[in-house]
Amino acid sequence: MKRMRLIAMILLVLIAALGALAPAIAPYSYDAQFRDAPDAPPGPRFRMGTDEIGRDRFSRLIYATRISMLLAPAAALASIVLALAICALLKYGLSALTTICLSLPWIFLFIIMRAELPLSTGPVVSVALTFGLMGVAGWAWPARVFTASIGDMKQSGWLMQARAAGISPLRIARVYAWPHLRSVALAQFRVLVPAYILSEASLGLLGLGVPDPLPSWGNLLRDLQHPDIVRSNPWVLAPLGLLMLVMLCLELLQSQREVSL
Amino acid sequence: MTTTNRTNTQIAQLWSRRLSAVVRGLCLALIPLLALAAPPKELRFSIAGDPKTFDPLHIEESNSQTISYLTSGVLVKVNRATDQLQPELAESWEIKDSGRTITFHLRAGLKFSDGTPLTSADVVRTLSRALDPKEGSPAGDTFRSADGPPEIHATTPRDLTIHYKLPKAGLDRLFDQLGIPPASPAKLPASAGPFIVAEYHAGDYVRLARNPNYWKHDTAGHPLPYLDSIRIDIQQNHDIELARFLRGESQIINRLEPESFDRVAKEKPAAARNLGASLDNEFLWFNEAPAKTMPDWKRKWFTSPAFRHGISNAIHRDDIARIVYRGHAHPAASPVSTANKFWFNAALKAPVGDATASLKILAAEGFKLRDGVLRDRDGHPVEFSIVTNSGNRPREQMGQLIQSDLLKIGIRVNVVPLDFGSLLDRVYKTQNYDAAILGFSNVEVDPMEIMNFWLSSGSQHPWWPSEKTPATPWEARIDELELKQASESSRDLRKKSMDEMQRIAEEQEPIVQLVNPDYLCAIAPSVKGSQPTVAPPQVLWNIEWLRLE
Repeated sequence: MKRMRLIAMILLVLIAALGALAPAIAPYSYDAQFRDAPDAPPGPRFRMGTDEIGRDRFSRLIYATRISMLLAPAAALASIVLALAICALLKYGLSALTTICLSLPWIFLFIIMRAELPLSTGPVVSVALTFGLMGVAGWAWPARVFTASIGDMKQSGWLMQARAAGISPLRIARVYAWPHLRSVALAQFRVLVPAYILSEASLGLLGLGVPDPLPSWGNLLRDLQHPDIVRSNPWVLAPLGLLMLVMLCLELLQSQREVSL
Repeated sequence: MTTTNRTNTQIAQLWSRRLSAVVRGLCLALIPLLALAAPPKELRFSIAGDPKTFDPLHIEESNSQTISYLTSGVLVKVNRATDQLQPELAESWEIKDSGRTITFHLRAGLKFSDGTPLTSADVVRTLSRALDPKEGSPAGDTFRSADGPPEIHATTPRDLTIHYKLPKAGLDRLFDQLGIPPASPAKLPASAGPFIVAEYHAGDYVRLARNPNYWKHDTAGHPLPYLDSIRIDIQQNHDIELARFLRGESQIINRLEPESFDRVAKEKPAAARNLGASLDNEFLWFNEAPAKTMPDWKRKWFTSPAFRHGISNAIHRDDIARIVYRGHAHPAASPVSTANKFWFNAALKAPVGDATASLKILAAEGFKLRDGVLRDRDGHPVEFSIVTNSGNRPREQMGQLIQSDLLKIGIRVNVVPLDFGSLLDRVYKTQNYDAAILGFSNVEVDPMEIMNFWLSSGSQHPWWPSEKTPATPWEARIDELELKQASESSRDLRKKSMDEMQRIAEEQEPIVQLVNPDYLCAIAPSVKGSQPTVAPPQVLWNIEWLRLE
């Protein structure tokens, strides 16, 4: 089983490296239009063919990997940090706040945000805002888990002993509580990363994700809405394959972690 | 004797009952056989959504419009193939007083599908309802006049007269769009057209049945329509609609996207029909309204005809037609499509994408290209955003191509797809945008339809909606020409005004015309008698003459 975990880890590192080294690996820029070759089939010039306006699918996939693999973990990290901060700062009303936050129709907030953004907002800022909002919106899920863990800790003997011994709350949090919470935070991080990759893909399908011409797995998957395109060039499925592979690897790491715990 | 007679009578009645039972049984057994011998002729096609109404006076969307075309009786109809008016419920008509008065003479013995007679009183009631502001009928818009409502009189049960104070352009042709409903409203109303609404299952289908009282017959005296019924599936997904057609489960797709058309042409070549440029046009325009959110220097660019010409000349329309529409579109030169043969000003030509020519035009206005960035006289880099409706793939792709074309002349463009509500809000209410790409689907060939778009006071006047007074002399001249053609009864004089209006639109270019997409449709070879045209309802305009074999 450890071997599977290792393979999953290697694959994730390889995919992340592919994204990180996009400018060096991709044969063309993600927005270069080859108007002489729209919808070109895979061949020596374009390994995965071109999209409807003649952009190289392979180059766009690599750049999309960079965006999705970089920003989804960043958003997940933002959610975890925010959740921990809110759990630490709020003594009362946390449960009510998480319940309210979880019941909000976030998809409509995304639509409103996109409509209200200044039109001069460039694609890069727009992407950062999309993932940023995802990170902010997603704090309630880990916060609920952290609240439960902290609740368990408060009942534990070691905490009472630490308090009785006069150890400062900051030291208790740093030296005793954090090692317990760290494993919970890591597990939450592994859950949130694929969730955000999928959310971005779903938003991309609705046209609310990463704006063109920047590619992401989400907006590349919009082509799947058109069976004709899939039929004529199966490489259109490549972002889906990559997304599934990343999800599988993350799932594998998560389940291995649970087994080892 | 009495007893014997009664017994004989009873025996006779018993045999009579047995005989009739046998006959009934035979008939019942024969019905399926008869049905096998002559299957019902049901045409099947799809519309994109539920019809919002079956009342021809309250139609605001295309699904209801399609049902209305098939069910409503009209006084006269424009023959979409010849563009000539043909009599329908009215057997004849006269226009008098230089286009101020029209008199219709109805056919004898007209009836609605429920058997009630259709008289001139029904037409008067229909037109009065359409013009009544309380009704808020979109059908009344074309009949309104700046000089008040017309006078409408039914002189006899078969004759009526409509009188305007001033001449009304194309007065007789207006009645092509006015369906005459019966007086009594019903959930599935009676009608005077070739079909009636027989069933409606929301979200599923509408079934139309032949109108038994339809007045029209073919030359052999056979009652029309030929079809027994029409099943109209409500199907929003075009891929499912296409799959059904390719499987032979439906016979018509009234409007095809270019990629779907290519697939039909490949798999069922006999069914694919490309009629060339449609009446629709796709275009880009700049916000020229004095919006608070826009700096003065930017507004100065947008209100400059040279700036607009520069942008227009940099756009490769042939690439848009070839790539976005897969070759099924034509570069547009005028607000009137080339398909509209009579009204199009044939002297106009679409600009050819040429970065050098574009820079030359912009340089004359003080714009300079330095280090790959175009700057105005005051050194501001030329950057702007283009909004369009999200989910509309052709428009999003046009935005991407234009973005790339303009980058070649040093202009950075941000393409922002917005949901349609937000887009309209920005364009028509807040004016918080720089430029937009949208399209116009023309239902009519007559230029009266684009008046609200081109009149400076028009609510749909895109670059500055509902201007209080025309901002420039050329806009004032366009207003003048539009109003002139609207009150002129001579078609040739109207054409002269429209030619000049199109020439000014080309010279000033407040709307940068992009392409006229082709009209593409699919008609199964089993459908006989079709004469598809680019004017709506395209394949369905002569529905009463369609047959299934």
